[in-house]
Amino acid sequence: MVPTSASLFRRQTGSDLAILEAKGLTVGIPTEDGTVHAVRNVSFSIKPGSLFGIAGESGSGKSVLTQAVMGLLPNADIGGEVWFEGRNLIGLSQEEMRRLRGGRIGMIFQDPLSSLHPFYTIGAQIAEVLHAHETISPAEARARVVDMLGKVGIPAPAERFDDYPHQFSGGMRQRVMIAMALILKPALVIADEPTTALDVTVQAQIVALLDTMRRDFGTTVILITHDLGLLSSVADDVMVMYAGHRLEYGRAEDVFRAPAHPYTAGLLRSTPASYRPGTELAPIGGRPPSLLATPAGCVFAPRCTEALPRCSSEPPPLRRYSDGVEALCWLEEGASTVRPTAKTATIAVKAAPPEPVAEIDDVCLTYQVGSFFGPKRALNVLKGVNLTVGRGETIGLVGESGCGKSTLARIVAGLVPATSGRVRVLGRDMGALDARQWREMRREVQLVFQDPFGSLNPRRRVGAIIGDPFRLHGLAKGDERREKVRHLMERVGLNPEHYNRFPAEFSGGQRQRIGIARALALNPALIICDEPVSALDVSIQAQVLNLLRELQRDLGLTYLFISHDLSVVRHVCDRIAVMQGGRIVEMETAERLFADPQHDYTRTLLSASKTLPAFAEAGRRSLVETRVAS
Amino acid sequence: MIRFLTHRVGFGAGVLLVLSAFVFFLFFVAPGDPARMIAGDKATESQLAQIRKNLGVDRPIVVQYGVFMQKALSGDLGFSYRNQQPVAPIILRRIPVTLSLVLGGAVLWLSIGVPIGIMSARHVGSLRDRLGQAFILVGLSFPTFVLGMMSLYLLYFMPKQAGFTLFPAGGYKALASNPALWAWHLALPWTTLAMTMAAIYARLTRGQMLDVMGEDYIRTARAKGLTERRVVWKHGMRAALTPLVTQLGADIALLLGGVIVIEQVYGLQGVGALAVQAVANQDRPIIIGVVLLGGLFIVIANIVVDLLYVLLDPRVR
Amino acid sequence: MSDVTTKEPSPQTEVVQRGSFALTVRRLRRDTASMAALCVIFAIIVLAIVAPWVADITGHSPIEQFRETGLSPAGIPVGPGSEFWFGTDQLGRDVLVRLAYGARVSLLVGVFAALLASLIAVVVGTTAGYFGGTVDLVLSRLTDLVMSVPFLLCALALVSAFGPSLTLSVAVIVFFSWAPMARVIRGQVISLRRQDFVLASRSLGAGPLSIMVIDILPNLAVPIIVYTTMQIPNSIVFEATLSFLGMGIVPPTPSWGGMLADASSNSLYLVAWWLIFVPGTALLMTTLAFNILGDGLRDALDPKSARTMRRLKRRPKAGAKP
Repeated sequence: MVPTSASLFRRQTGSDLAILEAKGLTVGIPTEDGTVHAVRNVSFSIKPGSLFGIAGESGSGKSVLTQAVMGLLPNADIGGEVWFEGRNLIGLSQEEMRRLRGGRIGMIFQDPLSSLHPFYTIGAQIAEVLHAHETISPAEARARVVDMLGKVGIPAPAERFDDYPHQFSGGMRQRVMIAMALILKPALVIADEPTTALDVTVQAQIVALLDTMRRDFGTTVILITHDLGLLSSVADDVMVMYAGHRLEYGRAEDVFRAPAHPYTAGLLRSTPASYRPGTELAPIGGRPPSLLATPAGCVFAPRCTEALPRCSSEPPPLRRYSDGVEALCWLEEGASTVRPTAKTATIAVKAAPPEPVAEIDDVCLTYQVGSFFGPKRALNVLKGVNLTVGRGETIGLVGESGCGKSTLARIVAGLVPATSGRVRVLGRDMGALDARQWREMRREVQLVFQDPFGSLNPRRRVGAIIGDPFRLHGLAKGDERREKVRHLMERVGLNPEHYNRFPAEFSGGQRQRIGIARALALNPALIICDEPVSALDVSIQAQVLNLLRELQRDLGLTYLFISHDLSVVRHVCDRIAVMQGGRIVEMETAERLFADPQHDYTRTLLSASKTLPAFAEAGRRSLVETRVAS
Repeated sequence: MIRFLTHRVGFGAGVLLVLSAFVFFLFFVAPGDPARMIAGDKATESQLAQIRKNLGVDRPIVVQYGVFMQKALSGDLGFSYRNQQPVAPIILRRIPVTLSLVLGGAVLWLSIGVPIGIMSARHVGSLRDRLGQAFILVGLSFPTFVLGMMSLYLLYFMPKQAGFTLFPAGGYKALASNPALWAWHLALPWTTLAMTMAAIYARLTRGQMLDVMGEDYIRTARAKGLTERRVVWKHGMRAALTPLVTQLGADIALLLGGVIVIEQVYGLQGVGALAVQAVANQDRPIIIGVVLLGGLFIVIANIVVDLLYVLLDPRVR
Repeated sequence: MSDVTTKEPSPQTEVVQRGSFALTVRRLRRDTASMAALCVIFAIIVLAIVAPWVADITGHSPIEQFRETGLSPAGIPVGPGSEFWFGTDQLGRDVLVRLAYGARVSLLVGVFAALLASLIAVVVGTTAGYFGGTVDLVLSRLTDLVMSVPFLLCALALVSAFGPSLTLSVAVIVFFSWAPMARVIRGQVISLRRQDFVLASRSLGAGPLSIMVIDILPNLAVPIIVYTTMQIPNSIVFEATLSFLGMGIVPPTPSWGGMLADASSNSLYLVAWWLIFVPGTALLMTTLAFNILGDGLRDALDPKSARTMRRLKRRPKAGAKP
């Protein structure tokens, strides 16, 4: 249980080869409520030229870690050491740190629109990096910027030098950010969720670009992301973080094939990207802990399915395995890699076409947009959509942003009138309802929204929110209503005792449950789920997806499920409609769509969405070292 | 761009139209007889009738308004009831005083308010921020005339009693004749005006700076390795100060219409003082003229500010 | 229940359940500046209420002129002393008693005008923001119009046309102060209207009135309270300015602005400093107190913005936490 001198020696020589090495890094952020322990005792070393992945859900400390190291969080209290090119970055003077930033270490952020200054041209913003670190003439700087813009794939770079960020698309903006980070050929580039704000197909291009650039320039890349599929495809080494702790660390291949820590295993099991027919998503129950408190044992213990009695009382030791994987866990053999198999009943083949709940017939929608100065022009959002949703079915509507899928949802819900075409719900034309009939129809179609924060009124109590359908339709009053609301809360897995709380007191996943309860209240014939899980963390996503499936099974619900994520849709839908540019380009049962995509666009989408490798047989690694937490 | 301009000019003309109609009809429905005011108490009824005919106030209100607007468009705003002088030159004579006061004050309040706002925002929660906030609160709360009177007492009267003249009591000396004297006479009015306005600008700057410094592009600027000075003064200021331009245009225009209270306190014969005198004398043509002039300044300023905004913010181009 | 239910434990019990009102009061009480401001406001309210008693105790009515005792032989007002605590004015009237009665006018006009202006602003702002389209266009243009009018000049014109009175003062103040707040409310409503919870209510069949009152209005509580509080000092200063220019409260009714106007005429205050420093300080303290309270209320009611501010704060290292 004590580190051998040999292993210590190996670790020290290893550090000479590393481009960046962190030892016992700790970051605390002082707030009104106390210190947020964002990063605790994290060590890692990054090999030159490699792509190092940091994976974690929101609040895991993955972004705080790099920003603190780079001196971008001036208020944070940082402890430990971070060695880069022979210098400890912690405690470096402001001026020395400034010279490193941009010059030796480049950074790329999540949202390229807000990360670029709206008032300066992109050329000037990139050239600024050159001027900040070198003495260079404007003409020479311009030439180098144009050259770099060309390398990152901006067409006609010389002309686009003087354009402003808002004149570029999201993907192009991220290319600009990459050009900015790479222009001085830094030794290290930190990319913080560089693809999260982008569409799936663009994501793939950006990741490919990053990969090419790293090979061309010999740059080391730290890729921070919540997307395990992305990491599994490009990363050399990964570090899995949870609540500020480094729970697992090792070669990406080893970690993804045979996760040693139950959290990593749980994450992989709950990710729709690892879905295989015949298996079921296994959510990680519960919610992440508060970062204000210091737990006595393992941070993950309260949510861990394999927790031992000592897990919640004693800090876990560091286990090191034969393949180099390290895990912070009491389990000696590593996590179990068994995937739960689906209950057979759920994949029952649907009988002959069920009666239709909603029929969408050649629906078009055209907006008149008046630009600020220019003349008005027509914007065709939907160009003739046909779709039938049968009772008890789940139809998936997939497409990238701007394809019209959310607009279609609002038309089906009767909230936005179609320009032409017909929507019939339960045989009644949504466009031809009078005010009273429209109100009646409200009981039949309900929505579940994407944003768990925006969809619940922050100033109203949960009981009142879920009771709204009854109030608005004058259905149940007083105690009867409260009983019904409590029943609904129980139905979606909320504690009915929390009837009087405000939405702010619930986590994202719980809020989404509140939204689902509200939608269920009037027993609607059709529930439209508009990206219901895309704002949630992976481990919570699975909880909500499973709840939706379970409710469908028990109550015979019909869903129209909208998402940008094919793997999510595959998991819950019977049939999938792929939308592009206001049209449905392909419509097929879920498995056939994946097995044999017909349309080019479907193929592009499929190739862009990452799937995770299957778990390997356990037991091919052995424990070589255990270090007790100090 | 042309569409936008015509739109703005159209709205401006609308404002002026509504404003002129408002004042005009206001005096029509209000009690009081202009003829009596001009002729005095001893005038006979036939004299009054003659005066009314000369003024045109015996005609229907709509006709009066039409005639007035027609003349106004050619720069003729009628004659003062008090001394029968044409209104436009009376007002124009007052403009240099008000212009000196406002423009000098603007320079002063910007050079006080903006740095205080930036300092406050850059050191949130520190002693400097608290001092900045205290300045803002006191400045916002100080009624101009109280501040003016107190400064006159403390900076003019008390030194004078002690035997020396620190500042003059008021009055205006033309810039052309003696710039030093001009500035010396305006020093107290400038300060009084600037204290209140500086507080407003400090608050605005502080809020803007706080918002902007939290933006992602500021993080990018730091990640590029720019010096903190450049991050704040180039990237931060550019975004934070753009909305200030709008405010500045509106404020200068509003004040050019008459810095009523300060001119009153310091005995400056500007447009505002003229308005107060006109109100006291019930000299309606002058009041109408001053209100219209104030409206005109605001309309012009709005258009200029909008154009400036288009230049400053590439996104609205 | 389902297996999912059991897996999600109840939210941590350490989440102390406090009403938002209790939380606001707690935050406000920790803010010393706001508490001091509240005390000042309280003192001024008391002064206004006990004005008749002040008159009784001193034995001076607010409009009585004490030409024998209150003026020097040369006709100069007497300074603060045992007979007249805050001195007398140019007519030999007791400044203290007039100050107390003036507080009534200032508070009454300030609070009343601020409430009225807020009411108009909320109605106009909510209607314009919620309905959008032509309604918004008309109301926004109206707001722009009121804001692009030289208000003090127009106020002067109005007063000169109708003659000064208390009602007209309030009307003028209200008319020229609702617009900025209406604009803020409109902006807030527009962004609230885009929120999914409004769409959710609509999809449940809620009508516009129900959405405005139940969904939107509660979310406007913070700006409404803060703006109304900040509007009070503005109205007080506006009233005092009108009175100072001789366009507000009709003499001999005491008002702070009127007292300062009296002091200013003939530069009398140069020989009697108390004539400006007494009502001037009272006016300043009142507006300052309301402004500080407004600031404090905003921080206490809107912990989100307050917390971001505090997060930016450089705090002393561990151990210093109270």
